[in-house]
Amino acid sequence: MDVMPKWADVVLVPLFSLVLAAFLSALLILAIGESPGEALKLMVQGTLLRSAGWGYMLYYTTNFIFTGLAVSIAFHASLFNIGGEGQAMMGGLGVSLVCLFIPWPHWSLAIVGASVGAAVFGMIWAGLPAYLQAKRGSHIVITTIMFNFIAAGVLNFFLVGALKPKGSMDPATANFPASTHLPTFEDMAQLLGFEKMFRSAPANVSFFIALLACVAVWYLIWRSPLGYEIRALGKSGPAARYAGVGSVKIIMITMMISGALCGLMAINTTQGESERLILNFTEGAGFIGIAVALMGRSHPLGVLLAALLFGFLYQGGAELALWTKIPRELIIVIQALVILFTGALTMMVRAPLERLFLAAWRG
Amino acid sequence: MEFLTLLQVLDSSLRLATPLLLACLAGLFSERAGIFDIGLEGKILAAAFMSAAVAYATGSVWVGLLAGIGASVVLSAIHGLASITLRGDQIISGVAINFLAAGLTVVVAQAWFGQGGRTPPLQSGGRFEPINFPGAIPSKEMADAGPAMQLYSELMSGHSLLVYMALLTVPLSWFVLYKTRFGLRLRAVGENPAAVDTAGISVVGMRYAAVVICGVLCGIAGAYIATALQANFTKDMSAGRGFIALAALIFAKWRPWYALGACLLFGFFFAVDNRFQNILLPAWSLSSVLLLTAFGLVAYVWRKELLDKIVLGGLGLGIAFVSALIVISAWSAGMSTQIKIPVVFIQSLPYILTVVVLAGFVGKAIPPRSGGVPYVKEK
Repeated sequence: MDVMPKWADVVLVPLFSLVLAAFLSALLILAIGESPGEALKLMVQGTLLRSAGWGYMLYYTTNFIFTGLAVSIAFHASLFNIGGEGQAMMGGLGVSLVCLFIPWPHWSLAIVGASVGAAVFGMIWAGLPAYLQAKRGSHIVITTIMFNFIAAGVLNFFLVGALKPKGSMDPATANFPASTHLPTFEDMAQLLGFEKMFRSAPANVSFFIALLACVAVWYLIWRSPLGYEIRALGKSGPAARYAGVGSVKIIMITMMISGALCGLMAINTTQGESERLILNFTEGAGFIGIAVALMGRSHPLGVLLAALLFGFLYQGGAELALWTKIPRELIIVIQALVILFTGALTMMVRAPLERLFLAAWRG
Repeated sequence: MEFLTLLQVLDSSLRLATPLLLACLAGLFSERAGIFDIGLEGKILAAAFMSAAVAYATGSVWVGLLAGIGASVVLSAIHGLASITLRGDQIISGVAINFLAAGLTVVVAQAWFGQGGRTPPLQSGGRFEPINFPGAIPSKEMADAGPAMQLYSELMSGHSLLVYMALLTVPLSWFVLYKTRFGLRLRAVGENPAAVDTAGISVVGMRYAAVVICGVLCGIAGAYIATALQANFTKDMSAGRGFIALAALIFAKWRPWYALGACLLFGFFFAVDNRFQNILLPAWSLSSVLLLTAFGLVAYVWRKELLDKIVLGGLGLGIAFVSALIVISAWSAGMSTQIKIPVVFIQSLPYILTVVVLAGFVGKAIPPRSGGVPYVKEK
């Protein structure tokens, strides 16, 4: 046996990549004259040791689960959806139209409506590049990048134009009516009798929708005929076609599911947190989905864990920026290193690991 | 529009097209050799930061330029290592490089200068200054001069050295790619690396050479932005130019002279967008253009499959709907009312045009055949 068993490959490669990324980040922190140990302590204290920290962390995690799942499902069909950012922006537009123009009696109904709006808008925005890939052979990476910029333009157009309330200077919509506001973790904790928990943290019920999405994607990919067809197409296009899997159909469906998942991110940010549609609400979450999917090995459980990790990093990074001279952009560096090691330099990471592992295995 | 106004817009187009052109040619070399590079943006950003920081520290713009090129080439080397030697995913590597640059520039700038991720403003000597041609008149006297003098002084003279260098890079790239042995091999490596290997030429070597050229050109583009167009580095100052260059590259179908045309066109969009806040068109012309597009789409899908009907037909109906909205809103005031074109539409035009070209409805863009595929030598 000269290869690692599958479990070792799945677990050790991302972990080792993370260790490498952490090591390089520690060097960077040292180089700019701060202490890596102190930084880590601050991040843990600000995130894991207080409930509000958890509330922020899980808020970021919710976004990253949606975009991570979206990128993963496209990966299974050998498609690279780099357009999560644009699809999420359109999702935000869908959420706002639903929340602003339909009088919802209760949040539990509003969240269903908003989810449908978000998913449909994200789906449409991913559907066009998918169509161009499937029928015209246009490279989906390039078209989805272009659609990110076009989506930013569309969002801008509506936020400085039709959707901006009269007399307002902000490029944002009006506040959503109170009946659409989602219960936050703070509200839920109070309901259960815990006062002073998750104080003013933005995490809300959409976290549970994200968890449901993980289960749904797991079932879709590994337990449904459609998932089988998606994976078949991803492994080998000609073989899948020979087996009667229509590539046009699968590309369309996969990308539309992917777009819908990205769009769903907006119920967390737009309906759950800001309670109105603002510019730049995606904050790069569409791109972080790439890191999350790579780190999570395109498996929903892995995506959940990686999303938790990135949620921790984002909240921890905010703490660092607050208390030290380390800017938030350090997190972007860590994110870049994770993408680099888990996605592009896998051979470099895997080879020495494999040798070590096999040496230890044989004793 | 007055002739002088037109000249000023063209002048500004040229300035704004320069970084696009350099980055586009950078991408051209890389992609022609079979290495996709969506990390142009990151390389430009890294070069912009290093050139501004070093030019400030040393007071010499030339040292800054070299430092910028150095930073960009280092990122290129990472991309080369990942995609050539380690045969990793080129797209993912490019994404990582973009983030690496976006994060590192701010972290380092903050630690170095402590000004919130910016570098201090450059004094003269730390910048590329405009070069005034002999006999060119200053802009104060421009209004009274004749058209030829205006053309000479406003459009041709008064750019920084890098603008002229970028323009010269176009024929140079064309010559290198199409008239030299190196260029033939480079293009062959992007089309059929196995054939090049059989001829005893190192595929790896050729691809590394292309990636390094790409790094150098991106470095100049970044230095131009931070030391000529602006006078310091600010966070995310590349502002998507790397992606627009990528769009221009596709628009230009991976050819140097077309790249010049595409970049000048996209530069023109930006210049128009900068200069005119309101672009007004009569309602009848706007709605009829939209209606014609919609009609064309519907006619095209008439005998196509269901999927084409849903997607393109839906798009056509959407455009028809917008056109109907314009007609309704302009009806009472008469169809010759001026309608304002949204600024964001002009800003999005490069991306929309690229998608149209990629879709192959207007001149199909066919990428190098082995682009994005790592080369594995037969054992």
